Amino acid sequence: MKIIVCIKQVPDTAEVRINPQTNTLIRDGVPSIINPYDTHAIEAALAIKDVHGADVTVLTMGPPQAEAALREAVAMGADDAVLLTDRAFAGSDTWATAFTLAAAIKFLGCDIALCGKQAIDGDTAQVGPAIAEFMDIPHISYISKIEAVSADAITVCRLMDEGYDVVQAPLPVLLTVVKELNRPRMASLKGKMRAKKIEIRKLTSLDLSLDKNNLGLEGSPTQVKNIFAPEIKKDRIVIGGTAEEQTDELISILKAVKCL
Amino acid sequence: MQIKVDRELCTGCQTCVASCPYDAIVMSEDKALINEYCQLCRACLSACPEGAIKEYGATTASQAADLSAYKGVLVFAEQRDGHAAHVAFELISAGRRLADTLSVSLAAALFGASDTEAEELIKWGADKVYLCDDSSLTRFNDEPYSELLSKIIADHKPEIVLAGATAVGRSFFPRVAARLHAGLTADCTSLEIEEGTRNLLAIRPAFGGNIMATIVCPDTRPQMATVRPKVMKTGAYEQTRKGEIIKIERPAKPSRTKVIDVVKEDSNFNISLQDAEVIVSGGRGLAEAKGFAMLGELAELLGGTLGASRAAVDEGWIQYGHQVGQTGKTVCPKIYIACGISGAVQHMVGMQSSDIIIAINKNPEAPIFNIANYGIVGDLYEIIPLAIKKIKGERGI
Amino acid sequence: MDYFLTEDQEMIRDTAREIAQERIVPVRAELDEKEEFPTEIIKVLAQSDMFGLFIPEEYGGLGKGALELCLAVEELSRACLGVSTSYAANALGTYPILLFGTEEQKKKYLPDIASGKRLVAFGLTEANAGSDAAGIQTTATQSGTEYVLNGTKQWITNGGEAEIYTVIAMADRSRGARGANAVIVEKGTPGFTFGKKEKKMGIRASATCELVFDNCRVPRQNVLGRDGMGFIIAMKTLDQSRTGVGAQGVGVAQGAFEEACKFARTRVQFEKPIIGFQAIQHMLADMAIQIEAARSLVYSVARYVDSGAKDITKASAMAKTFATDVAMKVTTDALQVMGGSGYMRDYPLEKMMRDAKILQIYEGTNQIQRNVICQALIKELSRNK
Repeated sequence: MKIIVCIKQVPDTAEVRINPQTNTLIRDGVPSIINPYDTHAIEAALAIKDVHGADVTVLTMGPPQAEAALREAVAMGADDAVLLTDRAFAGSDTWATAFTLAAAIKFLGCDIALCGKQAIDGDTAQVGPAIAEFMDIPHISYISKIEAVSADAITVCRLMDEGYDVVQAPLPVLLTVVKELNRPRMASLKGKMRAKKIEIRKLTSLDLSLDKNNLGLEGSPTQVKNIFAPEIKKDRIVIGGTAEEQTDELISILKAVKCL
Repeated sequence: MQIKVDRELCTGCQTCVASCPYDAIVMSEDKALINEYCQLCRACLSACPEGAIKEYGATTASQAADLSAYKGVLVFAEQRDGHAAHVAFELISAGRRLADTLSVSLAAALFGASDTEAEELIKWGADKVYLCDDSSLTRFNDEPYSELLSKIIADHKPEIVLAGATAVGRSFFPRVAARLHAGLTADCTSLEIEEGTRNLLAIRPAFGGNIMATIVCPDTRPQMATVRPKVMKTGAYEQTRKGEIIKIERPAKPSRTKVIDVVKEDSNFNISLQDAEVIVSGGRGLAEAKGFAMLGELAELLGGTLGASRAAVDEGWIQYGHQVGQTGKTVCPKIYIACGISGAVQHMVGMQSSDIIIAINKNPEAPIFNIANYGIVGDLYEIIPLAIKKIKGERGI
Repeated sequence: MDYFLTEDQEMIRDTAREIAQERIVPVRAELDEKEEFPTEIIKVLAQSDMFGLFIPEEYGGLGKGALELCLAVEELSRACLGVSTSYAANALGTYPILLFGTEEQKKKYLPDIASGKRLVAFGLTEANAGSDAAGIQTTATQSGTEYVLNGTKQWITNGGEAEIYTVIAMADRSRGARGANAVIVEKGTPGFTFGKKEKKMGIRASATCELVFDNCRVPRQNVLGRDGMGFIIAMKTLDQSRTGVGAQGVGVAQGAFEEACKFARTRVQFEKPIIGFQAIQHMLADMAIQIEAARSLVYSVARYVDSGAKDITKASAMAKTFATDVAMKVTTDALQVMGGSGYMRDYPLEKMMRDAKILQIYEGTNQIQRNVICQALIKELSRNK
């Protein structure tokens, strides 16, 4: 069985702050990490490999420094790593990103493609399903449990707003995973040693014979028009006094809005 | 297109260096230089105080001629167990406003529900409903949904297509957008029409809610977006409103994915977070799981439900289903009582549109006080039990 | 201090530290409270290749040595001595096979040990044979192509949890110390059962129990080395493992020291953080000195062992004794810095202090270590005369 896991290197958004004076992101000292949801996708692939045997390839699209994310995935246990890198990919929105990743996955071939449900920098959750559409394979989003895997089908639980669905799909299939699915393993010593040495395969738009009109900024229907800081309300009333007085005031507010 | 620094204007202040999410700006001979890591995200354009960073060779609207062929607003109306979901009414209200601004009509697409539900959509403000009433579609499945919606869009060419940013909308909309080479903006919190161009301005949080971005699709149609539930308010319901229901066939192609079972999961509280009028929410300041029992008691007295910050969920004090914020649910209750929540941006984007926010926190500097209508600086372990006692006392419980 | 570690050594230390921080620290109090064996953590250690550190590459290990093992043990001990004891006891049980096993025995057992699939325990101590190991009463009587084991081993770390046991038993009492054999016994062998799980003062996450042999038959090929080598094997094994116990001492002392520093910086009395008081400052400085001295000694001895030195008894005994005495002193003083808070179970200090005590006792009490050191000194003195 061949599994491809799409990962993304992202700034750790939990560490990102915004400078309210300049409206800009403060990224000093913010580390680059593998998108946390993607680590669960890697774990899912490795867990399938542990039980059924599989060849696990991690794939990312990004600038050369994204290699670090791939090496981290190899340290966790991925067999192979592929970096899609090309100036022509710069400025890709989710459409162009999915288009490019789908072409690479078709080129590499796979039975199961795995993605994290979304990336924490963009939070779109669009790339996974769009890849499946470009590959003309089914996809199942937000999987929280893998019930069964066979040579030609998979059964999973899909997290919904009010519970979950049990969904079955034939292979090849694309799955996007949520954190509840598993706990990602830690990188092993042998994995880290292998990760240091492994040669990362690089693919460009030429290798995939892609039409430039569908790539990067050219192929992206959406554009970022501007970026600004979230608005903050200012009209606040501070309730002081003793805990007793504060509680009375709280209750009278609740009464005023007919909550009590 | 390329983004470059005008070296004449650059003062070397390095503001742009910190603004770049991709580490693509470096200093060279005391001036900023944008290197090959640039992803053209444009974050630096507005960051430069001198206006020294500029776009060069921006793409022209090559397909501009085709754009005028697209007219109207289409809303995907989600149903649950055959009944239109609340988010559908919110979208109709948002879509109505956009359609009126553009002087076009508003249509809704409804799958797996009956004529009665379609009529409801009209009463909430839709002019037309494309209805596929095949009962096999009552259960959500990506492939037939994508198939049907793509066909409706291809046949009727709306300029704007909206869905709720729910598990359903966020799962199948990307497939439709991929198929149609349409621009899709995820999880929007605000929608506007750009004057002059008729472009949709889709506004959404990014970088964990730390910044807001305005997204446009200037050269392609339709312009697609998913919209956060509970962010848009519903419009007026008119009992007598009339519209057209257009029946459509179920897709011919069989679906490869099969939904074997649907399981509804009950939380401890029956009221769903997004429908609650009162939410009592707890964060790291609770210090332990037991705190939620206390908040739960208050929530019950107020007829509300329990919310939580990511920190509290990560600590394992409460299930993920209660999480409010960027990676949890967006809520819009009448009253949101934040207890021991410091107010990380990623939490605030999920609750800041609540009508009234009451914050209780020991730390007077906590950012939550910046958005709270009422701030109580104090110990929640004193105030909440006291409030519970007083409310019970008044009710004679 | 820079100990000039290689890139691989730093990687090993960082991996162990990451496991300690992410997987051990969050559960250590619960494991201690419930006296629960850390099965999940053992799985993580296995998956991370930690069990194969000192096992040669041809048997699926990483082919590293004593220093690397010390680095890993130190980091785990910094978080929890209960967990690090389970980990280190595995090495203790493995050394007899590694040092004295035949090619066949190594091929049979080492790959599973390296992958962490099977845990190992070392069975030496008995009710009447503690510091005086020559007093062991468990017997291994030859019967055709088999040995028949009878007797009870006491306080065996990883007892019950391990799958493979290296056991010292008397084959020929008439030969005294030269009559002992070292034998491999697998869990599940008929006649091999486990006694009660011990209730301990500290290291409560580690499993300690009796091994009971009642006409337990093992094939001849399970004997390690030659007949009669049991004691030599036991002593050489302890020589190897002692430095690791020293590393446990360095680790727990470091962990306690860090807790005390953190507390001293935030605890305010008389309107200033208590780290501003000279009484506290001197205590912290003394702790820092002792820890660094212990670490320097442990690393030096580990490097000496890795150099292939023949006689490591004295050096390893010195590292064990010094570093574990430091551990007891530092955990006690660190608790003192924290005062009443240190005594409460809300903080990890009282556990660290309870845990540290075992280090002065197991694998040869520090009094026995001093005997060993002095015997070596006397030998050296007479040689140099």
